[in-house]
Formats: sequence, structure tokens, C-alpha cells
Amino acid sequence: MFYSEAGQFKSTYEADAAVFPLRQDRIGIAVILVLAFVVIPLTGSNFVLSSVMIPILVFSLAAIALNILTGYTGLISLGTAGFMGVGGYACYKLTSVFPGINIVVHIALSGFFAAGVGVLFGLPSLRIKGFYLAVATLAAQFFLSWFFIRVPWIYNYNVSGAIEVPTRTFFGVVITGPNATPMARYYVVLGFVVVMTWLASNLVHGRIGRMWMAVRDMDIAAELIGIRLYPTKLLAFAVSSFYCGVAGALMVFLWLGASEADSFNINQSFLILFMVIIGGLGSLIGSFFGAAFIWGLPIAMRVAPEYLGLTINSATVEHLQFMVVGALIIFFLIVEPHGLARLWQIGKQKLRVWPFPY
Amino acid sequence: MDLLYQIFVDPFVQMVQVPDLFVQTLWEGLVSGVLYALIALGFVLIFKASGVFNFAQGIMVVFAALTLIGIYTQLRGWGVRPGDLAAFLALFITVGVMFVLAVGVERLMLRPLVNQPDIILFMATFGLTYFLIGLGELVFGGEPKVMIADDLHLPHGSIDFKILGGLVSLQKIDIAAAVIASIMVATLAVFFQKTRIGRALRAVADSHKAALSVGISLEQIWVIVWFAAGIVALATGIMWGARSNVSFALQIIALKALPVLILGGFTSIPGAIVGGVIIGVGEKLGEFYWGPLLGSGIESWLAYFIALAFLLFRPQGLFGERIIERI
Repeated sequence: MFYSEAGQFKSTYEADAAVFPLRQDRIGIAVILVLAFVVIPLTGSNFVLSSVMIPILVFSLAAIALNILTGYTGLISLGTAGFMGVGGYACYKLTSVFPGINIVVHIALSGFFAAGVGVLFGLPSLRIKGFYLAVATLAAQFFLSWFFIRVPWIYNYNVSGAIEVPTRTFFGVVITGPNATPMARYYVVLGFVVVMTWLASNLVHGRIGRMWMAVRDMDIAAELIGIRLYPTKLLAFAVSSFYCGVAGALMVFLWLGASEADSFNINQSFLILFMVIIGGLGSLIGSFFGAAFIWGLPIAMRVAPEYLGLTINSATVEHLQFMVVGALIIFFLIVEPHGLARLWQIGKQKLRVWPFPY
Repeated sequence: MDLLYQIFVDPFVQMVQVPDLFVQTLWEGLVSGVLYALIALGFVLIFKASGVFNFAQGIMVVFAALTLIGIYTQLRGWGVRPGDLAAFLALFITVGVMFVLAVGVERLMLRPLVNQPDIILFMATFGLTYFLIGLGELVFGGEPKVMIADDLHLPHGSIDFKILGGLVSLQKIDIAAAVIASIMVATLAVFFQKTRIGRALRAVADSHKAALSVGISLEQIWVIVWFAAGIVALATGIMWGARSNVSFALQIIALKALPVLILGGFTSIPGAIVGGVIIGVGEKLGEFYWGPLLGSGIESWLAYFIALAFLLFRPQGLFGERIIERI
């Protein structure tokens, strides 16, 4: 009733092919943006901003990255964390070599380094397919993990082997380093995520996105209709790794503040893969859902027993958390293999025809 | 020039000059290869019969070993003497637990997910992995445990050979592992080729629909393969546990089974063994002779690069069935 296209007439093809054809959807997006930019920073505590919102946004970006590769192009990757690491370390090197240039520029630039590495490890993708390709990306993951430890040049020969984020400002506001306020960091991360999501949305809805999806659905058929497989797959690797790199740089500079090679281990890659699967393969909004769900669930599980007045020791909670996450993954796959994004769509469809069943 | 010499000449000169060290490294590679192969075997069994890429095989190894030790400790606590009676009783019960696990997986995970795309099933085994990690830590605790090698009458100590002007020492437990792995592969091969159930398994591997239409029960087959994979996991857990400790870190080592699997081909049991040996030997030799050039620790990724190199020439693995694609 409230959510229906009745009375909204399209008079151009552009209007008909819009990403959000319904006025209500556009209002919804505006509300979400207002919430993200105004309401949450004003009402959220420092804990909410720095331990809930910033990680969720960073992981959303990483999940979008993996979604471009796995969800849209059908190339399974287990090396997400490695590519994120490339971004993080590249940004660190850049800002220590060129401290004069603004950090925001460096964060964006570090994506290109990750993209280069991603293309390099994407090279076998023409010949190797499916699960076999997962091993190529695992090679990337383990090689990069090793690289971050063994090549002291990338962490400026620090004795600890970890990197400490230097203090950097953006238009006079401290946004990185120990003195940055959570709100400043949140705004920078949010800005990056919004801009990059918008770019990704344009990419996947356009010609390039169609090419990727054709390759995902059946690569030989895609080749027959005139899509050049190799450039398409490599482009997917490049774009995905670019997003990973930026997410990694954001993670190191604006979330963690310090980092070591272990921040980018294989478990991180798996975590992002879970987010993509739970959220929905081939869906941008699903990436946000997945990140919020996987990151929010453990926090909720830590907080919930206190509200209920139960005292469970933290070790047990952690074990239960593993079990619940595992069981939920299976449960979601059984109930809705296409993830939370599909549930969202079903909900919208139901709302559209409400009060009638169809 | 100097670098080229170090890469292409020096290691081989070393191999020839100190042959006993070379043989020792080779043997160590062989043994770790056999252990990788055992994990890979579990993967292959399930992939062959159900097309599921079972990521949980690694944690199943840990879980089986932990269950064995946990039950053994419990039995000893209840006063079951002597130790080896308790150990074998525990072994028996653990096999039972693995059966229950197989039935549970089939009922609660595979059956509702039938006819889903491969990646969904793959993800479901991720869920299973997380579930088993949580369950294992909850029930048995997270700290590393010592495998009850003595009570299971596994040999220990080492045999020294004086050959090639030096000393090569073989751990008895390693020999036992190799023997057990060989017996297992032989048994599985016979089981697959000669028995009724084996024939049904191969039929299911060929085509689910065709197998169903001739009256093969998919549910039953899945329970059987997951049970078989569970037993393989138990054997792997015992062997690996006897060499080091039983801990959740083993699960990461199980990721090494992936290149093994890729190298041998997902569908080939002999491939798993050959792949395991190639990876194990290549990794140890690489680490020993070429590792110092790169600053050591290359063991962690070398296996994947070896597999990748093979894959570029044979995309389906050494022994895998040819991938035929149709529109």
C-alpha cells in the first residue's frame, strides 16, 4: 500500500532502467544516508562508533570486493585478507615515503597496488577454474602472509615487525593515529564506503557488470557471444583487489591503528567469505547485511547474557559463538541459499502487494 | 650470476656431496607427504561420492583425535584397567561417534541442501567446520593434548641406517604411518572396485540422477562415505597426534591437503597419495635447499605454488578425470 509503484509513471528509458526505480526506494536510501551521516554519529557512543560501525563498514567494503569477484564473476577467492594486507602495507609505505601528500589520497592509491598484485595472482584464472582456482588464491594468501613477515622493508625495519599508524590530518582534523576521535575516523570510513559503493553499483549495473555475470553463468557461452574472457576475468580481479586494498588501508589506518602480519591471516579471508555468502552472492546490499550480521552476532552474544542476567564465562561464550555461527551458516544456507539479500527482496515484494498475498 | 649459481647449482652440489642429509630430507618429505595424503584421502572420498568439497575434513581429524583422547581419559577415570583395554575401547567408541556424526551431517545438512549448487554445499561444510571447532573446544578444552600412542601400541623410537657414509634415522612411528596409509588406500581401492556398496558409490559419483533411478539410496551412500571419511580422519588424527600434539592448529595444516588434492585431481584416490608425496617431498627439499635464499619459512606457501605450476599444465590435476565442458 505504502510501498508500491502505483502512480509513478516513467517517460524515459533512463528512468525505467534506474537502479532504484521506486520513489520509496530513493526515500529509503536517503533515510539510510541521513541515519549514517547524522543520527549515528550524534547518538552513538565511542564504543559503538569504533568497535561496531567502523569495522562493519570496513568489512562491508571488503565483502563488496569479494562479491565482485565471487558473486558477480564466479571466481572463488580465498585470498581476500592477503590483498587487504597489500593495501594496508602499501598505504603505510606511501605515507612514510611521501608524508606531505594527504592520507586520503594515499588510501585511494594503495588500492592500485593491491589491484596490481591481484591481477598477478589472477593470471592463472583463464586456465584454472572452480575450486582449483581457490588454490591459486590460497597461494596468494599464504605467500603474502609470509611476505609481510619476512620482508622487513615493508614495515620500515621495525623491531616489533608491526606497523604503527602515524598521525595524519585531513583539512586540519586529525583522522589517523592515536589522537584521532572515533567520529572523525567514522566519517572518513563512511565517505570512502559510500563513494565506492556508488561506483561499484554503477559498475555492476552497466556493461562491465553484465560481462562479469555472463562469465559467471557460463564462461564458454560468454566467450561465444563475444566477451573476451581473459580481460574480463582480470578486470574482475583488478577491481576486486582494488576494493580489498582500500578496505585494508582503512582497516589499518582508521580502525586498528596498528597492524601486524597476523591481522591479514587466512581466517580473515574466511570471515569475509562468510559475510558474502550469508549476505548473498551477487548483491551489494547483501555485502552490508553479511558484514553487519557476522560482525554483530559475536558482539550481541557477548552482550546478551548480561541483559538476561546470566553469567557465563567468556571462554564458554567464545566456544558457543563458534558453534552458533557455524550452525547459523548451515541454517541460512538451508532456509535461503541466496542469503539475506534475497530475504530482503522477498520482504519488499510482499510489502509491494500487501494486503494481498500476490 | 652469483644468485643463479645459488639457485641452480649449489643445492644440487650439496645433494651430491652430502647424500645422507639428502636422503634424510627426502624421507621427512615422504612422511609429511603421506600425512597430507591421508587428509586428502578423506576429501576425495566425499567429493567422489557426493560432489561436496568437504572443507571440514581438517577439523574432523582434530575432532576425532580429541574424542579418542577425551573418551580414553574418561574411561581411565572410571577405573578401566589396563591402559590398552581403555585405549581400544575408546577407539571403538570413537568410531561410533564418527558414525553418529556422519548420520547427523547427512540428516541435518546434506539432505535439506540436496540439489543446491556446489558452492553452497562447500559453504555448508564451512559452517560445519565452525560448529565442530566450537563443540570440540567446549567439550574437550582448547589446550593441546598428547596422543595415547603407547596404549594404542604404536611403535616409538627410531631406526638408524648407516648408509652413504652417514647416518639416516627413521622414526618408527613414521614407518607405521606409511604402512597404515598404504593399507588404508589398498582397502579403499578394493572396497570401491569389488564390493556392492563400492559399485553404488561409483555410480553415485558418476551421476546422482542415474544412480537414484536404478534404486541406489543416496542417503545411505552419503552416510557411508561420511563415515568412511570419519574413519580416515581418525587414523590421520592418531598418526599426526603421535608425531606432535593434538591441537586445533592441525586444522590449518589440513589446508595443505588442498594443493595435494588439486595436484592429484579431486576424484582420484591414487592421485591423493601421489600428490601428497610430491607436495611433501617438494616442500621439504625446497625449504631445506632453497629456503635460506629467501629467508626461510617458505614451507608455508611453496606447496601451493607447486600445485599451481602443475595445474597450469594439467588443469584437472595429475589423475583427475578430464573436464569436458558443454554449452
